[in-house]
Amino acid sequence: MVSELQIWQWLEEVSDPEIPVLTVVDLGVVRSVKTNGDQVKIVITPTYSGCPAMQVIEEDIKQVLKFKGIDQVEVELVLSPAWTTDWISEKGRIKLKEYGIAPPADEVDKSVLFADPPVIECPLCHSTDTRMISQFGSTACKAHYQCNSCLEPFDYFKCLK
Amino acid sequence: MNKNLFEYLLRLGDDSLIIGHRLSEWCGHGPILEEDIAMTNMALDFIGQATTIFEYAAKVENTGRDADALAFLRYEREYRNVLLVEQPNEDFAVTMVRQFLFDAFRKPLYEALQNSSDTQIAAIAEKSLKETKYHLKHSSEWVIRLGDGTEESHEKAQYAVDTLWRYTDELFFENEVDAALQAENVIPSLIPIREEWQKTVTDVLTEATLSIPQNGWKQQGGRTGLHSEHLGYILAELQYMQRAYPGMKW
Ligand SMILES: [Zn+2]
Repeated sequence: MVSELQIWQWLEEVSDPEIPVLTVVDLGVVRSVKTNGDQVKIVITPTYSGCPAMQVIEEDIKQVLKFKGIDQVEVELVLSPAWTTDWISEKGRIKLKEYGIAPPADEVDKSVLFADPPVIECPLCHSTDTRMISQFGSTACKAHYQCNSCLEPFDYFKCLK
Repeated sequence: MNKNLFEYLLRLGDDSLIIGHRLSEWCGHGPILEEDIAMTNMALDFIGQATTIFEYAAKVENTGRDADALAFLRYEREYRNVLLVEQPNEDFAVTMVRQFLFDAFRKPLYEALQNSSDTQIAAIAEKSLKETKYHLKHSSEWVIRLGDGTEESHEKAQYAVDTLWRYTDELFFENEVDAALQAENVIPSLIPIREEWQKTVTDVLTEATLSIPQNGWKQQGGRTGLHSEHLGYILAELQYMQRAYPGMKW
């Protein structure tokens, strides 16, 4: 019989298919792990409703655990409580930055129109002289920024609350 | 099966599916690259919401039809979306005004549905609301930019408001389905939601220097399956693969 702690450690080997530097644990999409004899039940939650990564994540979890000798894995997708960017781990935030994606910052209320976008530090040169190019970026969870100092474009993992 | 609940889920799901499909039509045709990406991002949110809603609807119906069958294998008259969401994209102004009129409705609706006595509906609303806030901010800002922009953008935005206004009344359509579900606290009354919609729309259109049409003539039908000619064309495209190759998967 395998411990829940062991399963959590193994889940650290499952990376997010779109941001491979993050594990599904870093991202905060794994909500719970329960073992019952040889059976393992894992509850995950999507980042965005249409996140195409969820099916891949489910398959990857099963595959990694199968490789560890666990065959009876049930993965359940729950919507509530809804995922927020606050659930990205501290370790995950550091990894994001090193990878070149600015981690989520606190943002102003979205009901305020034309509010200044949050000041985001360039993950490459650390300048705070950056500008938002687009609220919507390469995936649902990212906005597109550009650094005015080193001129490099970069992704910002936008705040979802 | 709870027929009223199933019917209501089709309304929610079909609104999301069809407006998501309309937004996806901009893929590769956006006026600027950033908007192309924004519209397809939003399309993905809507299709994702529709998937979750249809999965639940399939469970409620409990006849073996799955979410894909609900999305792709119904006939036109079985779709329950409002006429507003099936209206053609025309130009960017029409698309953004249509989006704004819809987002301004969806936000207070999801806020209220978070308190649904049906836990799955509450969960879907809680999840979708976070995305909807981004959508409403985006579409509101564009309506203001276009309305209060150049002479040409103002003209196009006003045309969009004038053309689409007749379809807004149907957002607040209610019948015995709503009454039954409201009695069980599954869904809210649309009266306070309409008030909030009215306020958002008035604030944004005023800021955009656009005038609110006074014409009282309203078009309805979608909620009861009577659609404009446009839905048939959408379905022809949406359902082509499943009709040509029944049961195909990839
Ligand atoms: Zn820089």
